[in-house]
Amino acid sequence: MTTLAAGTVLEPQEYAVRRADLLAYAAASGDPNPIHQDEEIARAVGLPGVIAHGMYTMALAARAVATWTGDAEVVEIGCKFTAPVVVPADGSATVRVAGTVKSVADGLATLALEVTCAGEKVLGAPKAVVRVG
Amino acid sequence: MPIDTTLVGREFPPTRPYLVTEADVTAFATATGSAAARVPATFPVVVTFRALLDFLEAEQVDLSRIVHGDQRFAYERPVVVGDELTATLTVTGVRQIEGTDILRTTSTITDGTGDLVCTAGATIVHRGDA
Repeated sequence: MTTLAAGTVLEPQEYAVRRADLLAYAAASGDPNPIHQDEEIARAVGLPGVIAHGMYTMALAARAVATWTGDAEVVEIGCKFTAPVVVPADGSATVRVAGTVKSVADGLATLALEVTCAGEKVLGAPKAVVRVG
Repeated sequence: MPIDTTLVGREFPPTRPYLVTEADVTAFATATGSAAARVPATFPVVVTFRALLDFLEAEQVDLSRIVHGDQRFAYERPVVVGDELTATLTVTGVRQIEGTDILRTTSTITDGTGDLVCTAGATIVHRGDA
């Protein structure tokens, strides 16, 4: 666990995302949208291929936050979904979560995150606020 | 089919109470690689997604044409195993841009006693047939 002080740069975390992970996430989250499983349907609605659930990528961001903060209570978490994480049929896509402590005040730490896949930002303005101390 | 813009301001019926079980939390934590001493932060999507599915069914919108635009959760308290959660979805805005509907929603998640646990804001993007 990292000591959270304003300006602290958090150690980037990398996660491999496979089609099997999306299948498990679909079952666990109750989101059966076929664009996360079926190449043909994904392409038919204009997507570049099977994409990860935005909420799966957000869950990975939350996982990094938990790792950095020693599983601190999350008070707020949010992001925009700006680019899809395309997951190949074989192998995996790598999601990288970086972060900086923006501020610590009144028992709350605000973390500014940067979530990328193959060097491209996939989440817009991802942010988490956790309870500290 | 474009989404009806008169939906703005409409509150949809609450979802049926959802009991947070150890098994569901473990499945969610395993799927997202979390250690899960705590219920994972994005777990409430399990409840808000049910509200979304009810909404899409009511409006006859095909799930495969939906992508997520943004999502935010603000918690009053952490979700714990044993909570009985209900989500109530309100449409707060609808915009149409070149055949794509952009829908703003807010869902309040309450526990079995009616207390607020979490407020979720989401933008849902409905890609048209074009």
